[in-house]
Amino acid sequence: MSQRVRVNPIACEAHGMCAELLPERITLDEWGYPIVDETPLHGSQLAHAQRAVRACPTLALLLERAPGERGR
Amino acid sequence: MAGESPRTAGRAPEPALPRLLAGIQAHGLLTLEEHEAVHGPLPSTGGQRGRRERERADMLIAEVARSGLLGRGGAAFPTATKMQAVAGARRRPIVLANGAEGEPASLKDRTLLESLPHLVLDGAILAAEAVGADEVVVCVCESAQDAAESLALAIAERPSGRSGRAPSLRMATVPSHYVAGQESALISYLGGARALPTFTPPMPFEQGIRRRPTLVNNVETLAHLGLIARHGAPWFRQLGTPTQPGSALVTLSGAIAHPGVYEIEHGASLSSLIAAGGGSTGRVHGALIGGYAGTWIVGELLGGVAMSNEHLAAHGAALGAGVVLLLPEDACPVAESARLARWLAGQSTHQCGPCVNGLDALAGTVEAIAAGTAGAGVGGRVDRLASLVSRRGACGHPDGALNPILSALRSFQAEFAEHARYGPCDACARPGELPLPHRPIDEATVRTARAQR
Amino acid sequence: MSGVLATAGPSVYWYLTRSTGAVSLLLLTFAIVLGVVDVERWSSPRWPRFVLDSLHRNVSLLALAFVVVHIVTSVLDSFASISITDAVIPFVGSYRPFWLGLGAVAFDLFLAVIITSLLRGRMGFSTWRAVHWLTYASWPIALVHGFGTGSDANSGWLLVLSILCIAMVAIAVLTRVLIGWPGDIRLRGAALAGTGAFGLFMVLWLPGGPLGSEWARRSGTPASLLPHHAGNAKSSAAR
Repeated sequence: MSQRVRVNPIACEAHGMCAELLPERITLDEWGYPIVDETPLHGSQLAHAQRAVRACPTLALLLERAPGERGR
Repeated sequence: MAGESPRTAGRAPEPALPRLLAGIQAHGLLTLEEHEAVHGPLPSTGGQRGRRERERADMLIAEVARSGLLGRGGAAFPTATKMQAVAGARRRPIVLANGAEGEPASLKDRTLLESLPHLVLDGAILAAEAVGADEVVVCVCESAQDAAESLALAIAERPSGRSGRAPSLRMATVPSHYVAGQESALISYLGGARALPTFTPPMPFEQGIRRRPTLVNNVETLAHLGLIARHGAPWFRQLGTPTQPGSALVTLSGAIAHPGVYEIEHGASLSSLIAAGGGSTGRVHGALIGGYAGTWIVGELLGGVAMSNEHLAAHGAALGAGVVLLLPEDACPVAESARLARWLAGQSTHQCGPCVNGLDALAGTVEAIAAGTAGAGVGGRVDRLASLVSRRGACGHPDGALNPILSALRSFQAEFAEHARYGPCDACARPGELPLPHRPIDEATVRTARAQR
Repeated sequence: MSGVLATAGPSVYWYLTRSTGAVSLLLLTFAIVLGVVDVERWSSPRWPRFVLDSLHRNVSLLALAFVVVHIVTSVLDSFASISITDAVIPFVGSYRPFWLGLGAVAFDLFLAVIITSLLRGRMGFSTWRAVHWLTYASWPIALVHGFGTGSDANSGWLLVLSILCIAMVAIAVLTRVLIGWPGDIRLRGAALAGTGAFGLFMVLWLPGGPLGSEWARRSGTPASLLPHHAGNAKSSAAR
C-alpha cells in the first residue's frame, strides 16, 4: 500500500514549508504555491512526507493512499 | 418487465420533438393540471415503506440506467450511477435540484423553472423516492425572479411533506456568481456558509447538506427523468445517438435571428439548429460551444459540426450545459477573449492561489496580446500559465476557464498574431458580444483572501 | 514553623522557583517572538521556515518544562504554603491569592495552547488557531503574576529582564500589525490598543505596586510570613 501527498488548495496559504521538507515531491510556483507531484512515495521519503504534513501551518498538506492500488 | 416501458397510459407517446418543451406557453407556467394534460399523471413509487416500494424505486433507477441519461449540468455524468451511489448510502439522502445556472449565456434552466416547473418537480420527486430521500431542495438563481415565482406557485400546487409520503419540497434562491452553481458551493451555501466550492473528498453524494448524502442533479436532467419514468427507456433512446441518447436543451445566442432556448436531439447538426433559430444574422466568425468553459470552433468548420459529445470531441469540444454562442463576423475574437479571460479571472472565488493568480496572469497576457504589448515568447508564457493553473484548484473553474482561452488562441491564430504585432483593430472598440454581467463574489471573501496572500 | 523559618534562610526550592520563573518568562517571550516571525513568513537561507517553526515549537515545550519545575519547586518550598491545586485553580490559595492565581490562569491558558497544538491534526484549523491566540492573553498575565508574587521586583536584574521581555513582545506585535496581519483592521486596531493599554498599565502600576513599599503585605502575603511577625528582621528582609 503506497501513499502520496496531496494539497488542499483552499487551506493552502503558500507558507512553503512543505517544499522545504519534501523537495522530492513539492516545488513552489512563482506565487509561492506548491506544485505537488502525486507519484507514490517509498521508503524513507514517507517519514519526510509525514514531517512535512505535520509542519504545514494550515494543515493543508495531506498524506493519502495512492489510487490505482490492487483491490481498491 | 424487460423491454416494456412502465406505465404507458393509453397509446405510446410520439418519440419526436418537442419533448421537454411540449406545451410550453409564451408566458407563464403550466399549472399542474395543464402539465398532466400534456404528459399524463406522475407515476409514483409511493414512498419508501415496504419492499414493494423499494423494488419499484430500484426499477426506476434501472430504467434510468437503461436510458443512458447523462447529466445536463455540464459534466455529462451518468445519472443512474449517481442515483445508485446515493441510494446505497447509509444515511437518509436529500435531493438537490440545481437550477442555479451561473453561466451568463445559458437560459435553459430558468426557462424550465419559469415555464415548466412541474416537469422539474416530477423528476425531483421521483428521484427522491428512488434514492429514499425525504427532502427536495430546488435551487434557483436570485436574479431569475420570474423563475422563482413560477417555482413557488408550482410547489404550492403539490402535496408536500408529511401528508402522504411525498418528500418535502422547498425552494432556495442562491447567489448569481459563476461558480455558485457548483455542487459543493451550493451545498456550502445551503449549510449557511458562502456559496464557495469546498475541498473534496468528501463528495456531495457521500456528505452534502447537513452531512447527509445529497443527490445533486441539474433541473433539466430531472425533467428528462420525469419523462423516462412515464414513457420508458426505449422511448427515450429513440432520439439522439447511442452514446448520448435523448434530447437536450440548448441556449442559442449571438448572431442568430431568434436567440433563445431550443430543444434538439443529440447528434443534430449545428446547421439545423441555426436554421431552427431563424438563421444567422450574417456570417459567423466562430461559435463558442459549451459556454464559458467551452471551446471555440471557427466559422469555416461549423458546417460539419454535430451536437453531441462524440462528434464535438474531434474539435476538442463538448456540449457542456448546451450553450451555443455565435460570434458575428465583424466582432473581434481577440478583444472578446481578453474580456472573457478578465471576467473569468474575476469570477474566481479567491480561495486557491493557483486559480486567482494564474487566471489573473493569463488574463493579463491575453490583454497584452490584444493591445499589442505582449512581446516575444508570449506563446511560451501562455503554455506555462496553463500548466500552472490546470488541476491545481479545488474546483473545476480554473481548468474550465482555460478552454475558451486556449481554444481561441488556436482557432483564431491569425487574428491573435496580428494583434500581437500591430495592436488593437477597429473591431476591438465595438461593444462586447459575449454577455459578461457584473456578478461580484461577495466582497468580504475577496477582501479577506487578499489580506492573507 | 514560622519561628524556624525566620532563622533558617531561604531554601534551595525558593531559589529554584524564582529562577525558573524568570527563565520561563524569557522562553515564553522567545516563543511569542518566533511565532510572530512565523506569521510574518520571515526566513533566510540559513534559517528556513521549517527551522524557525521547529524552534518555536521546541522553545514553547522547553518553556513548559521550566514552568512545571517552577510550579513544583514553589509547592515544595515550605515557606509559603502553596499546594499543587493552586497551580491550576486560581485564587484559592492562601499566599498572595490574587497574584498567585494569575499564574494559575496563565498556566491554564498555556496548557490549552500546548494541548491543542499537540493534537492539531484532530481538530479544525480555525479551532486550533482561535485557542492559539490565547497566548497573547497568557503572556501578560504571566508577567503580572511574576511581578505580583515575586520578591525580586526591586532587584535590578529582574526588572531589566522584564523590561527587555516587554520590549521584545511589544516590538513583535507592532511589526506584525504594521505588515497588515491580521487582515481585519478592527483586530489590528484592537491589538495596538491592547498593547498600548498594557504598557500604560505597567508604567502606572509598577512604581506604586510591586516596586513600592510594603508590597509583600499589600499583595496578600499571610501575616504569619511577614517580616515583623518573625523575630529576626534582617534575615527576613531578604525575602
